[in-house]
Amino acid sequence: MCQVEEDYNGLECKQEKIPVPTLDRKCVKCKEGTAALIIRVSDAFCRSCFKEYFIHKFRAMLGKNRVIFPQEKVLLAVSGGAASCSMLSQVIEGLSRDAPKKLRFLPGIIYIDDGGACGRSQEERQRSVDQLKSIFTHTGFPYFIVPLEQVFVLPSSVLVPVTPDPDPSSPSYKHAVDQYIREHKLAEEDEPSAAARLRVEDSYPPEHKLALESLFSSLNTLTAKEDMLHTLRQHLILHVARENGFSKVMMGESCSRLAVKLLSNIALGRGAALASDTGFSDPRFGDVGIVRPMRDYSSKEIAAYCRMFDVPSVFIPGLETRTPDKASVQRLTEAFITNLQAEFPSTVSTIYRTSEKLHTVKPSESEHSEPASRCLLCVCALDTCVDKASAFHATLLSEQLSQIKLQDVSHDALRCAETQDASHDALRCTETQCCGTGGCSSNRVPAHQDLKTLLCYSCRLTIKDMGSVATLPAYITAEAERRRKRSLMKKEISEYLLEDAD
Amino acid sequence: MAAPLGLHLEFGGGAELLFDGVKNHHVALPGQSDPWDMKQLLAWIRGNMLKERPELFMQGDTVRPGILVLINDADWELMGELEYQLQDQDNVVFISTLHGG
Ligand SMILES: [Zn+2]
Ligand SMILES: [Zn+2]
Repeated sequence: MCQVEEDYNGLECKQEKIPVPTLDRKCVKCKEGTAALIIRVSDAFCRSCFKEYFIHKFRAMLGKNRVIFPQEKVLLAVSGGAASCSMLSQVIEGLSRDAPKKLRFLPGIIYIDDGGACGRSQEERQRSVDQLKSIFTHTGFPYFIVPLEQVFVLPSSVLVPVTPDPDPSSPSYKHAVDQYIREHKLAEEDEPSAAARLRVEDSYPPEHKLALESLFSSLNTLTAKEDMLHTLRQHLILHVARENGFSKVMMGESCSRLAVKLLSNIALGRGAALASDTGFSDPRFGDVGIVRPMRDYSSKEIAAYCRMFDVPSVFIPGLETRTPDKASVQRLTEAFITNLQAEFPSTVSTIYRTSEKLHTVKPSESEHSEPASRCLLCVCALDTCVDKASAFHATLLSEQLSQIKLQDVSHDALRCAETQDASHDALRCTETQCCGTGGCSSNRVPAHQDLKTLLCYSCRLTIKDMGSVATLPAYITAEAERRRKRSLMKKEISEYLLEDAD
Repeated sequence: MAAPLGLHLEFGGGAELLFDGVKNHHVALPGQSDPWDMKQLLAWIRGNMLKERPELFMQGDTVRPGILVLINDADWELMGELEYQLQDQDNVVFISTLHGG
C-alpha cells in the first residue's frame, strides 16, 4: 500500500465538489468498514484504514526522501498546534515499532514561546508552557522551552550559514581569501558570540520583555510582524539545534499551510526563495537541514486524526488569532485558499504539487560559504543582484523618486547612504536612538539604508514597515555592521590589487 | 412534534475562543414541530451561544470553510451536512483548522 506517489495524482479531472452519497457509505480501502472521513477529493476512509493511511504516509515521506540518517539528532519544532503535535505523535509511533520499520533517529523537542510578541500575559504564557511540558515530559525526549525574548542574547554567528562538508582538497581561491579575512576580522573585533552564549532557560530579564514589545510595536503592519516573528523563531531554533548538536530540524507544516505560504510568499516578494521556503528539505543553513515531513497531510486530515486518536495538543493564540480576513497578506491568502478549497477540493493539492516542481539552482561552493551573498535575515541567497532592466530596479527607482518629491532635503542623504559616505553618519544619528534596552554590543546602530543592502527583496519590505531599526536585536545589528565593514575592506583590497596590476 | 434534544457540542483548534474559551458544552434544544437538523442547530448556536464575531465561525447559513465538523466522530460530509437530522445525545464537534484558530 505504497500510496504516497498516487495520493494527489489522477484527481485533476474532478475539479468541482462532488455531492457525496450519504449515510452508511463503505470505506474505499477495505470495502467493509463504515466510512468515517472524506479525505483528498472524495475518498471515504473508515477509522482504522484512516489511521493506517496516516501512519504510513509519515514513514513513506521519510523513506522517499532519505535525508535523515540512523542515530542522527533531530529537533522537532512543536508549536502546540495540531500539525506539529501530530508530527510528534508520528515520531513516537515510529520509534516504538519493531525493526525493520522502526525509525532510528534521536529526537528532541523545541517550543518557542512567542507570547511576548503576541501580547499574552505572563500567566497565560505560563499556563501554555505547563500544558506543553506535561506533553513533552510524557514523550521522554529531551526538550527545550525557549521564550522569544532569548533573541536578545543570540550571537551573530546564527546568521552565518555553515557549509556542511567543505571539500578540503580543492578550496577555491575566493574561499581562501574570504576565510583569511574572516579570521583576521575575528581576531580584531569583539565577537558578541564569545560573551553571550545563549543559555536555554525559560526565564528572561524584564528588559528583554520590553525590548521585544518595542520591536513588535515598531512594526507597522501585521504582515511585517508575522514575517519578523517567523524569522526570529527560525534563528532561535537554529541556534538551539547547533548548540546541542542537532543536524536536522523537523517543522510540522501541513500541505494546507504550505499552500498558503507559497501564495502569500509570492505576494510578499519571496518568489526567489519559494523552493526552500516550501520544499520537503530546506538547506539554507548548511549544517542544520530543515525538513517538513507533514507536507503531505491536509489540515483536515491532521485535525481529524488528532481528534479521533486523542493526540494531545495545546491551542496557543498567536498574532493571527481572531483577526479579520484582511488583517494581513498571510491571513487574506488563507481565507482565499480555504474558500476556494470548499468549492474546489483539489485547490490545495494543485498548489502543493506546484511547490514540488520548484527547484533552486544550487549556488556554487564559494557562493555558498560567502555570508554576504545571503540575506541577513532569512539567510536565503540574495535575489537583489539582478540586471538594471528588472522589476526590482524599477521599484527601487520609483521608490527613490517618490522620496525625493516628498522630502527634498533628504535627497543628498539618500545618495550618500548608497555610497556609504562619511556624511551619512550624521543622518543616521538623527534617525535613531540607542537601543539601550536590547543590550546592544555595538556602539553604532545601522539605519534602514545600511541594512537594506544586506537583505533580500522581501526582507527589505519588512524592514521598510519598521518605525525604527534600532529595536532589532543586537545579533542582527552587529552582524550587519560586520558585513558592512567587511565589504568596505574588500573594496579597499580590490582597489589596491588593481593599482598593483597596472 | 419533535421532542426536546440533549446534545454534546465540542469546539477545538481555537474555535472555543468564540465560546468563552470553553471546549465542551451540553445544550438542550427545545421541542419543535419539525425535527432538528444541522442547519437549524447552526442558526441556534449563532443566536444563543455565539456572542461576538459570528463571521469567524459562520459563513452564510453554514460553518466557515476551514472548520472541520464531525458528527458522532464521523465527517459531516458523510452525514448530509446541513440536512443531517439530529438525534438525542448526538455529539457534534467543530474544529478550526485555520492558522491561529
Ligand atoms: Zn477501511
Ligand atoms: Zn531575506
